[in-house]
Amino acid sequence: MMLIATGTVSVAHYLVVGAIMFTAGIVCMAVKRNALGVLMGIELVLNGANLNFVAFGSSYLAGEGRPPLGLDGEVMALFVILLAAAEAAVALAITLNFYNNHATVDVDRADDLRG
Amino acid sequence: MAEFLIETIGLPGWLAWTTVAGVSAFLILNLIAGGALVFIWAERKIAARIQDRLGPTRTGGRFGWLQSLADGIKLLAKEDLMPDGADGLLFRIAPYVSFCASFCAFIALPFAFDVVGLRLNVGVFFVVAVLGLEVFGVILAGYASASKWSLFGAMREAAQVVSYEVPLGMCVVVPVMLAGSMDLVTIGEKQAGWFTNWFIFHDPFTFVIFWVYYTCAVASVNRAPFDLAEAESELVAGFHTEYSGLRWSFFFMAEYGSMFLVSVLAAVLFLGGWNGPVPVASLLGWSDGTAVTAPYAVRLVGCANLMGKATLGVLVMMWIRWTLPRLRIDQVMTTCLKYCTPIAALMFAGVMLWQLFLPGGLLPGSRSQAAAVREAWLEGEADGAPVPEASVGFVPAAGRQVVGVSR
Amino acid sequence: MTECLFSAMLAQLPLAAVDWHGLFFLLFAAIACGAAVMVVLTDNVVRMALHLVLSLGATAGLFFLAGSEFVGAMQLMIYVGGTLVLLVFGVMLTAQTQLVALKTPAGDKVLAGILGAALFAVLVQSAVSIEAWRRPGLAEVAAPTATPLGMALVGVRVDAGDSESDRRPPSGYLLPFEIVSVHLLVVLVGAAYLARAKRRRTPRTVELVASVESSQPSRVDAGASESASSVLVETGR
Repeated sequence: MMLIATGTVSVAHYLVVGAIMFTAGIVCMAVKRNALGVLMGIELVLNGANLNFVAFGSSYLAGEGRPPLGLDGEVMALFVILLAAAEAAVALAITLNFYNNHATVDVDRADDLRG
Repeated sequence: MAEFLIETIGLPGWLAWTTVAGVSAFLILNLIAGGALVFIWAERKIAARIQDRLGPTRTGGRFGWLQSLADGIKLLAKEDLMPDGADGLLFRIAPYVSFCASFCAFIALPFAFDVVGLRLNVGVFFVVAVLGLEVFGVILAGYASASKWSLFGAMREAAQVVSYEVPLGMCVVVPVMLAGSMDLVTIGEKQAGWFTNWFIFHDPFTFVIFWVYYTCAVASVNRAPFDLAEAESELVAGFHTEYSGLRWSFFFMAEYGSMFLVSVLAAVLFLGGWNGPVPVASLLGWSDGTAVTAPYAVRLVGCANLMGKATLGVLVMMWIRWTLPRLRIDQVMTTCLKYCTPIAALMFAGVMLWQLFLPGGLLPGSRSQAAAVREAWLEGEADGAPVPEASVGFVPAAGRQVVGVSR
Repeated sequence: MTECLFSAMLAQLPLAAVDWHGLFFLLFAAIACGAAVMVVLTDNVVRMALHLVLSLGATAGLFFLAGSEFVGAMQLMIYVGGTLVLLVFGVMLTAQTQLVALKTPAGDKVLAGILGAALFAVLVQSAVSIEAWRRPGLAEVAAPTATPLGMALVGVRVDAGDSESDRRPPSGYLLPFEIVSVHLLVVLVGAAYLARAKRRRTPRTVELVASVESSQPSRVDAGASESASSVLVETGR
């Protein structure tokens, strides 16, 4: 409501949203036992970071001056999206392999190499 | 239209924009629903004729044209069943996810020069991206139904859609490259003039890539011969085995909406959009070649042009459905990864080289005057030159202000 | 005359003062954050996937609001339409009854919650501490185009100014772009290798399950071996 009254969205608003997504992702990675749950945490973390990149690169949010990152922000966000796709493909292949061999996706059971 | 409301009637900005948004949404919704009614009837008649039957003949008079309305009433009155082991929430929202994705993609789709819900700078990719979201409804339905058939259907759908997005994206990039813009309105305008200016006739490569696009589009909206998600001879009814009544009809509307959507996209990207094969308006002197000075009637005719082309695309899909047998899942994957993707990549490179070495086409000067005039006008618009604004259509080019920059 | 009266009446409405950009921002931000938190709180992996889709879709909306339309469309197309479909595909492949909801020990949850709260406090503190970042955005901005982005990707920066400080070494993205494409190719090959159909797999898997069952009976309970045999059926298909 404060936001509507003042009528402005600034970079800080985006940063806070990004912080919430980032934190949720970190906690998700720490808490989940399902390998796919951990993957989802990673996606959340990447998206939180992406929000920051876009916010710093947006000339709309920058107000009067030039955006701190300029075009770099958007380009980095694109690279993050691409690499996240690559990461998910490989991680999913590993998870499915693990599932085929152990019949579970519980990361706590992946301790074959423990001495 | 919003400017018209603000300046002539004197509505405050927010009310004008809200009204315009409501009117656009209402029109698009009715286009999908009404289109589904007509297309379902047409499909039944066409299927019947192809199979040497008569199809519906009694409901509503001679040709059974009220059949789909009667079907709709039957669906409304049907009992809404949910399997015992189903995941209630997901089962309920799945049809709406499908329908909303199909509906949202229409937002950025132009029907004539200024007749567009929201003129997006990245319109092509927005439409393709939102269309890709439809798969989530199918996947959720398949999982939440707690039925083996549904799950198999959903898994096939997921694999198929993810694969076919690759060649589809590549085909879509070609008109973007030729027009130099991702804005659907600009892409359509660049093909004004005689039908030789349509991108499908631009060079041999685009002619091939149009058919690749059409194949991938049929696959991405799950129509036969790619309808493995609901292969009724193997999987009962695939992902919507457990659905009935109104929820099932939402899936159906989404399917017909998407069919129409990819056909409109094909028409805008390759078949000249709202430009007829012969520039009648220019020949008769009603228009000096730019859409802005064209009378309102020309725009309406353009709308009808586009609808005609899109309907033709949908009818061809029906023809294919009732002619070709369904592919196996491995054949579907082979078609995508071993044929469509390499062909699309090769044609992409071909178009690029063609643009590099033969930018004027084989016969220099064969592009008509109309296209040159309109191109010049588009360049002027891009440079920010003052363009006389005709406030016709749902939302003019400034429509993005609804969400973007209105204060 | 009546028109003026009408518009004057409408101007009295509180709605006229609503900042639509801020409202849409609040809407998308609430969906994004709420769904992200729900991903953490839900135990059912399929629900988690649904919440993740919601969260990332709303993030695409935030990108649109920030004026990065191309990034938003790409987020929808590649992330939500590609990566997440893949993820949901994986979820459905592994969604055996006993694996759908793996419970986490309560102690872990509390510990992670404390750590997360601390991290969040630090992040928010740093986000709001810089005054320049709290400056309001512009009211009007030119319609964004994707052209500068594309130029930057092929190595031409159009946004660099003429001043001395802007004359940095050429900061195009041609090399990173190439590296990413090669990286994607490697990933494609790697994923295909990892997930390839192993032709002589069926007898070996039978051996594997049998040996695991005989050597470590505590390791694989009855349900797991049942699902392992269902894996066999699937790969055999």
